[in-house]
Amino acid sequence: MNEQSTTTGTPLVKRGLAEMLKGGVIMDVVNAEQAKIAEDAGAVAVMALERVPADIRVDGGVARMSDPEMIEGIQEVCTIPVMAKARIGHFVEAQILQSLGVDYIDESEVLTPADETHHIDKWAFKVPFVCGATNLGEALRRISEGACMIRSKGEAGTGDVVQAVRHLRTITGDIKKITQADQAELFEWAKQLQAPLPLIQEIAETGELPVPLFCAGGLATPADAALAMQLGADAVFVGSGIFKSADPAPRARAIVEATTNYMDAAILAKVSRGLGAPMTGIGMDELDVKFEDRGW
Amino acid sequence: MTVGVLALQGAFKAHVSKLKLLGVAAKEVRVPADLDGITGLIMPGGESTTISKLLESSELFNPIAQRIDDGMAVFGTCAGLILLASSIEDGRADQRSFGRLDIDVQRNGYGSQIESFETDLETTVTLEPFHAVFIRAPRISRVGPDVDVLAETRDEPVLVRQGNALGAAFHPELSQDLRIHHIFLESIA
Repeated sequence: MNEQSTTTGTPLVKRGLAEMLKGGVIMDVVNAEQAKIAEDAGAVAVMALERVPADIRVDGGVARMSDPEMIEGIQEVCTIPVMAKARIGHFVEAQILQSLGVDYIDESEVLTPADETHHIDKWAFKVPFVCGATNLGEALRRISEGACMIRSKGEAGTGDVVQAVRHLRTITGDIKKITQADQAELFEWAKQLQAPLPLIQEIAETGELPVPLFCAGGLATPADAALAMQLGADAVFVGSGIFKSADPAPRARAIVEATTNYMDAAILAKVSRGLGAPMTGIGMDELDVKFEDRGW
Repeated sequence: MTVGVLALQGAFKAHVSKLKLLGVAAKEVRVPADLDGITGLIMPGGESTTISKLLESSELFNPIAQRIDDGMAVFGTCAGLILLASSIEDGRADQRSFGRLDIDVQRNGYGSQIESFETDLETTVTLEPFHAVFIRAPRISRVGPDVDVLAETRDEPVLVRQGNALGAAFHPELSQDLRIHHIFLESIA
């Protein structure tokens, strides 16, 4: 065969993995044992990190990329994709994660930002990136920098779904409005959202975000996952919600089944039974640090 | 004609769009009752371990196996190919498959996501090459004597057919090309 015609790291290849994760649950794990539980429960991918967001909140201090040894330990036990987080703007952490062969990098506001102005130039990498967004403008700026998946940020580590709902509704609501706009109004939308006009025009045409839209930040129950899906998310991230609950394995399985059967209330009722206590959580109005404000 | 698309997890919507472009009614399959009235079933790309578990919890595995035995045409892409394979190397012990393609597959056989690739495939069923996308693709490491190899890349089979089962290691649902879906639909008619 002609080797010349084979290419890696293309936009289609990068976005392709996000397509494959649709309808699934990506779970935060801090060690190999949790990664096994997540995979056994039917996770489509795991996010390897040193501390779940709930613990990052409690501990305070600077949160950074995880130890490569810990990430490799998780890669060894997992057959599903392994993602890892880099700090906003910390392109060297991203280079290191790419060299480890992680399948996706999350340029994440959950870690302490390394750059107050710039995000990572994600086009420079073969590995695909996911980035958080609280609104459509932020999502489109990340896409213009090369993100292949957007996750609505929510507020990680709280177990409170309210911000996830707000961000998802903000993004999908503006998409709906743009599909109703005429050509002249699209220029104004680009200006208002501080986003590239070609991406606004693409949304006007397709009625969709140019990359898959996942939901994260505060999901703790099967009903939360189904809520995100019914609001238009393509898949969900569950961080602290699983391993900060009383009994992680059954809860993880229930959230996987709820994400598939998000329209079927009878199945949602069945899988929500007897899961034990969800993570205690922190209400949004009790927070000192809001991760959602990180990102520019 | 109504074609079902297994919608437990993965890129099922991309397959539904392709079927619509071909003028065929598509039905998302999540529970056994969804199998009523379909004449073919597509198993999409996604995570095969996840889909395998959901096939059990949704009680879809046995009804689908029965329908395939009765002659329903099936088309598996990537994870869907793994679900149709008779043997999964380095799969999970609890991972089930329908075993309708006499092949051995190795999950993520081409490496991690950084090694995922696109390439032009010569096939025996299309006149012009087919531009194919491989995402953490399974590698077909053995084909049985009754399996037709319809396309190869790197000297290994990537599109195979046996009886009423068609399997692709790549994702025709992500290409701007309907020809392989069309070939599957012809096998139903």
